[in-house]
Order: sequence, then C-alpha cells, then structure tokens
Amino acid sequence: MGLENLMGEGFLTTRLESLINWCRKNSLWPMPMGISCCAIELMAVGDPRHDIARFGSEVMRFSPRQSDVMIVAGTVTYKMAKVVRKIYDQMPDPKWVISMGACASSGGMYRSYPVVQGIDLFMPVDVYVAGCPPRPENLLKALMEVQKKVQQGRMAGRREPLMIE
Amino acid sequence: MDEMKEKVLEKLNEHFKHSILSTSEFRGELTVVIKKEDIVRVCEFLKVDEELHFDLLEDLTGVDMFTPSDRFQVVYHLYSLKNKYRLRLKVHVDERDLRAPTVSGVWSTANWHEREAYDMFGIIFEGHPDLRRLYMPEEFEYYPLRKDFPLMGIPGSLLLPKK
Repeated sequence: MGLENLMGEGFLTTRLESLINWCRKNSLWPMPMGISCCAIELMAVGDPRHDIARFGSEVMRFSPRQSDVMIVAGTVTYKMAKVVRKIYDQMPDPKWVISMGACASSGGMYRSYPVVQGIDLFMPVDVYVAGCPPRPENLLKALMEVQKKVQQGRMAGRREPLMIE
Repeated sequence: MDEMKEKVLEKLNEHFKHSILSTSEFRGELTVVIKKEDIVRVCEFLKVDEELHFDLLEDLTGVDMFTPSDRFQVVYHLYSLKNKYRLRLKVHVDERDLRAPTVSGVWSTANWHEREAYDMFGIIFEGHPDLRRLYMPEEFEYYPLRKDFPLMGIPGSLLLPKK
C-alpha cells in the first residue's frame, strides 16, 4: 500500500487479526489436565529432548485462569467429567482443547460404566491425538495443529475438530 | 501351618460352636463360614486372643453369587502378623435382607472396605459410622458389581455436564 515508504524503515503493515493470532499462537500456555498415564508422556513433552518451549508452550499453568489450551491427558470418568468441565469453563476465551490419547478421545480400552466414552460428549475438542499413550512427538504435532488453527482462526466463529493419527 | 489351623478350629469350636456354618480348606487356606449375626463377636475374639492374634484385616469385600437364596457374601481376609497365618471368614447375606453387621469397630480399616462393598453390591453395614458411596457419585442409584448390572451402565443414570 506504500505505507512502508511513508513511515520509513522498521515498520510493516498487517491485519490486526493476523498480528494478534501470531502473538497468540506462539504463547499457548497449556492447562495440563493430567488425569492418568498420558500425563507421563505430557511431562516428557516438557523435557529437553522434546522441548515444548520451542513452541512457546513451556509454561504449564496450574491455574485455568492463566491458560489458553487444555490438554486432557487421561481417562475421564463421569465423576471427573464435572471437574474437567468446570476447569474448562474457568479458562478465559479464546481457549482450545487437545484430547490426548485413546481414553480422552473415545474412552479407550475402558469400555465400561464409569468412563466417559470421549470427552467430546461434554466439551468441545479442537484436536484429537491417537495413541495409548501417544508419543511426545504426536502431542507436539497436535500443538502445531492448534497453532495452525489459531493463525487461521477468525476472532469469532465456530471451530471444527481435527484428528491426528 | 497345620498346627495353626488346628488351633484356630479348636478355639473357634470351643467358643463359637453354634456360630460356625461350615469350614473348608483349599490349597492350605482355611475358610470358615460364620452366621451373620455373630461375625463381630467372632472377629473381636480372633483379634484379641493372645495366641491367634489376627491383628490385620487384609481385605473385606463382597461377592454376588447370583443364587436365589443367600445371593451375596461378605468375605473377610484376616492375617496374623505374629503367626504368619491367613484365615478367611465368610458371611452369607440374602437379597431380601441386605444388612450385615459392621466390623469397623474391630479393625478401623474396614471402614472404607465396607463403604466399597456397599457402593458396589448394596450391602448395608449396620452400625457403620459413615456409610456413603466410595467410588460412584452419591446420587447414583445402582450397584455396579452386581451380576445383573449391564457393563455399560444404565443409560441416563450418570449425568454429564451440558456441552
């Protein structure tokens, strides 16, 4: 548009939406909802070998009010579902959800009365990660997909879920 | 171990001759079936007695035999640390009268075990200080480990938060 010439060096123009999305996607602070064994792999994502800090997500927030993406890692029972939902509701918008592993995504091998057969029955999910438990790389891929979603996302509107296999 | 078995049977026969319904042995493990109303007295005796000294209640659980009479059992696994000897006690509980006396006054660990048995089988332990469900939500109306409970539960019995 020629504005760069007008303002001199050190300036560039962009849409406000993409600027904000770019900021958001590189500082997605996770809410580690580590409910069972997937939480161990979730911890491995933070270690030096896999290093989630490369994506700006190393700050595991144990307060839902400071987090952007909830990683549900583990088997969610009916009793726990209320807690997960409550914590999700306490997270400020915009917020995203990664359903990590077979249990959170579909109940996994726990096809029985106390286990919720997929957390999408009671809360929205952005990315599903397959695996029992998934490798840390798989979770990083999911985080990158969330970043992609954040970058492409409109500030308002519905988001469609995505599967990572 | 045989002498210990003899001693247990001898003492029980001496003090509780009319409380014992049957005894059996399987692979060196002694099982004694006790009348429901006498279980607390028997347990107290087994714990306090100097020689037997069954000071540890290893497990207490329920069993659903799914028979027309005496459908449920309560099983007590006792262990004597001093004698290194295990003893199993059983009590029959009929479906029409689901009450059983509590032994939480004898071994306090029975408190949670009895809550579990109540939660899973619906056996009501009379005199229990705090008989609430242990695993399932308070408002749940069924007993999941009963044989007639479907694996996937009763639809609509457990509510999820609204999406």
